[in-house]
Amino acid sequence: MRINKNIAISDMGFVFNPVNGESYSVNPIGVEIINLLKEDKSYEEIKATILNNYSTDETTFEKDYFDFTNLLLHLNLTETEDEKNN
Amino acid sequence: MKKTINIAVSGLNAIDSPGPGISVIRGLRDATSFDVRIIGLSYESLEPGIYMHDVVDKTYQVPYPTAGTEALMARLEYIHEKEHLDVIIPNFDAELYSFMKLEGELKKMGIHMFLPTMQQFEERHKVNLPEFGKKYDILVPDSKNIFGTNELYTLTNEFTYPMVIKGKYYDAGIAYNVEQAKSYFNKLSAKWGLPIVVQQFVHGTEYNVTGLGDGNGNTIAAVPMRKQYITDKGKAWGGISIDDKKMLEITHNFVSKTKWRGGFELELMKGQDNHYYLMEINPRMPAWIYLAVGVGQNIPEALVNLALGEKVEPFKDYIKGKMFVRYAWDMIVDIEEFQAISTIGEL
Amino acid sequence: MEKQRYERPIIKKLETGMPNKFGMRTEYAPMTQIDGVSVKELIKEYGSPLFVISESTIRSTIKKAKKAFTTRYPKVQFAWSYKTNYLDAVCKVFHQEGSWAEVVSGFEYKKAIANGVSGKKIIFNGPDKSEDDLRMAIENESLIHIDHLDELYTILELTDVINKRPKVAIRVNMDTGIYPMWDRFGFNYENGQAWDALNKIMRSGKLELMGLHSHIGTFMLSASAYAVAASKLADLAIGIEQKYNHTIKYIDMGGGFASKNTLKGSYLPGFDVTPSFDDFAEAITTTLLNSNFKNSELPTLILETGRALIDEAGYLLGSVVANKRTSSGKRNTIIDVGVNILFTSFWYDHKITPAQPFTHYTETTQIYGPLCMNIDVIRENIDLPLLNKGDHFVIHTVGAYNMTQWMQFITLRPNVVMIDSNSKVHLIRERESMETFSSLEKVPEHLKKFEL
Repeated sequence: MRINKNIAISDMGFVFNPVNGESYSVNPIGVEIINLLKEDKSYEEIKATILNNYSTDETTFEKDYFDFTNLLLHLNLTETEDEKNN
Repeated sequence: MKKTINIAVSGLNAIDSPGPGISVIRGLRDATSFDVRIIGLSYESLEPGIYMHDVVDKTYQVPYPTAGTEALMARLEYIHEKEHLDVIIPNFDAELYSFMKLEGELKKMGIHMFLPTMQQFEERHKVNLPEFGKKYDILVPDSKNIFGTNELYTLTNEFTYPMVIKGKYYDAGIAYNVEQAKSYFNKLSAKWGLPIVVQQFVHGTEYNVTGLGDGNGNTIAAVPMRKQYITDKGKAWGGISIDDKKMLEITHNFVSKTKWRGGFELELMKGQDNHYYLMEINPRMPAWIYLAVGVGQNIPEALVNLALGEKVEPFKDYIKGKMFVRYAWDMIVDIEEFQAISTIGEL
Repeated sequence: MEKQRYERPIIKKLETGMPNKFGMRTEYAPMTQIDGVSVKELIKEYGSPLFVISESTIRSTIKKAKKAFTTRYPKVQFAWSYKTNYLDAVCKVFHQEGSWAEVVSGFEYKKAIANGVSGKKIIFNGPDKSEDDLRMAIENESLIHIDHLDELYTILELTDVINKRPKVAIRVNMDTGIYPMWDRFGFNYENGQAWDALNKIMRSGKLELMGLHSHIGTFMLSASAYAVAASKLADLAIGIEQKYNHTIKYIDMGGGFASKNTLKGSYLPGFDVTPSFDDFAEAITTTLLNSNFKNSELPTLILETGRALIDEAGYLLGSVVANKRTSSGKRNTIIDVGVNILFTSFWYDHKITPAQPFTHYTETTQIYGPLCMNIDVIRENIDLPLLNKGDHFVIHTVGAYNMTQWMQFITLRPNVVMIDSNSKVHLIRERESMETFSSLEKVPEHLKKFEL
């Protein structure tokens, strides 16, 4: 999964999508995950980072991660297959 | 040198159905007895006043009244710590109750307000208008609180159609027959609960007065206005100050009998019988308050001086035949500003 | 390095024109303990969910209420409304604080007797008192508040066989300007039923007319209606005085004072709009003092308020079972507290506070109970901090009616503990078990065996 290149995310957790003019608010752990996704990190790498920094377990994080990334997809914040191929 | 007073003002929604905040601030900035630093209090991140930096110096988001006075107090304490507030002027109907509840506590912190008392606030509520009229000998249209649609059928003994069917807090409709009345009853009661207020429709022309009472029965200011253009939301888009002795008399009578404390707006209807009926009392300054400033009665300034315990002499006169014409203005705003107010709640 | 507390990642669309998180930021501070006892430890020891009652809150609330009335009126008596919460430990706290018992059934009556309340200090209300109940109440010289003429005639018949003069009052219903008008209980004031019943009592010569009772409604948010009720009762009392030269001993204003809960659909939260005990006391006592009672004949003022005295002393602790999303993407949180034990969630938006630290990030959440029933909704729309599975929370202001109206439905009723003024925890009602129910059931012989 890859975050759209033109998505701007601030440290305060403000996300702006210039394509459709929508803005969002993200909590700090969400900001961390989006930034890791922007760096093209794999799920395994992201999981390792989060488990290392936060007191949680693998199953909880896995469930929350896929819930979160599904939302990113749903909100059109990730690249579609077409865009990826271009 | 004039002293600078830190004043927090809400109602920065200068939109098509505007809050009074921006007009109030313009009055405060025109004040001759003090300088001001204006702290905006906003509820929503697109209230235009937030972005009007020559009008509002700094804005803080505050919690909705639904969050309760405890949440509001915590936020005000935070703002006070940074801004050392001297005065707060709340301008939304919905927030007045919370601020009145907090008046004592805020006073202890050195923050002054000049609001109606809880009794004045409750008495003038539209549900209580008939008793209010009786108690203070003020002419009000006949009205009755009803709790069921079956009561609509017996109303014709006391009222004639058309009747105004009003929700407990907001909204109203004019019914010309019982079927329409029933339909309004159902719509309004679903939205605002019971009772529903049924009021005799008064044919006539609407007039408004804004004014200021000192809490001891003295009218400090009073300016009557006739709306010249009304938007589809029923708001004045243009109006003119008028010379109507009878309206001033009604206003003085209202202030002296109720010992009204604070700013207010009276909505009056001059009926075909040439009598003035008091339709509604808004317990705060109206959005057109800057007309009062423009005709020589700076009500916001006087209100602040009263709040600070200064002696304020009543205004004696105002310019008649002065108009206000409202206009809309598109500001250009950077998204960073929107980001700041919506994520950290300050700008 | 210590790891940070985990919180699930969230993304929220910024809706302009909608309340944002700053509006809610301070609504929540974690509630990690109640009266000095850790919520986590309570759940560990007594299970989840768990009702917790704060003894010191009960005592301080009844003291506040008493003070409001006794500083304004010389003769005041509180009677604890058993139906609001009849756990023995709770009743006894009220009795220790001087409250009599107010009961509405033979079951509650016997509970009060078993709790050690003298029959003379039990007020017996309600539309359904059996002949046996009435016999018991007459023998014990309790105060019987008559609801209808059939009851009056039964009492008159009983005077033929019991050698005691029954002590009675009548319940009066009336128009106090509030809606709905409770006219199903007692005798109506406006149409003369009440005066008629009083005359029947006085002319029988067999009953001791002690007082007059009214109970104008429930969850009253305006104190002024009580002033109307008090003045109408005072009129009746003075009428009796003039006609029969008989002095009424007490006026019982019933209950109905609202608690600090927030009714569904209310714009402002309950703790901002509920009248205080002082407001109610002012309305009632001013009316009584201004009425035409002679100073020596001022009746005792009895109050049966229940909800306002116990609601805030009750908490319900629970745990998060799961987080999920609906088909439309809306957040659901399932908790182990259902409407079967939190009956009041049908009409209140109960305040819910996490029991562990959290950030100010919230999600708009629908909170469901654990029952496999569509109606099991605890909050329809709440901006809730991000709770993880297994996290604990505290539901506030649940002391009234939940521990009497709860149902054994799908799950069993949980433990109830009371925390005393020294932060000591006492189990006051044990959780139900399989045995609780199997001991009551009987299976006919021919149904005992089956093969599948």
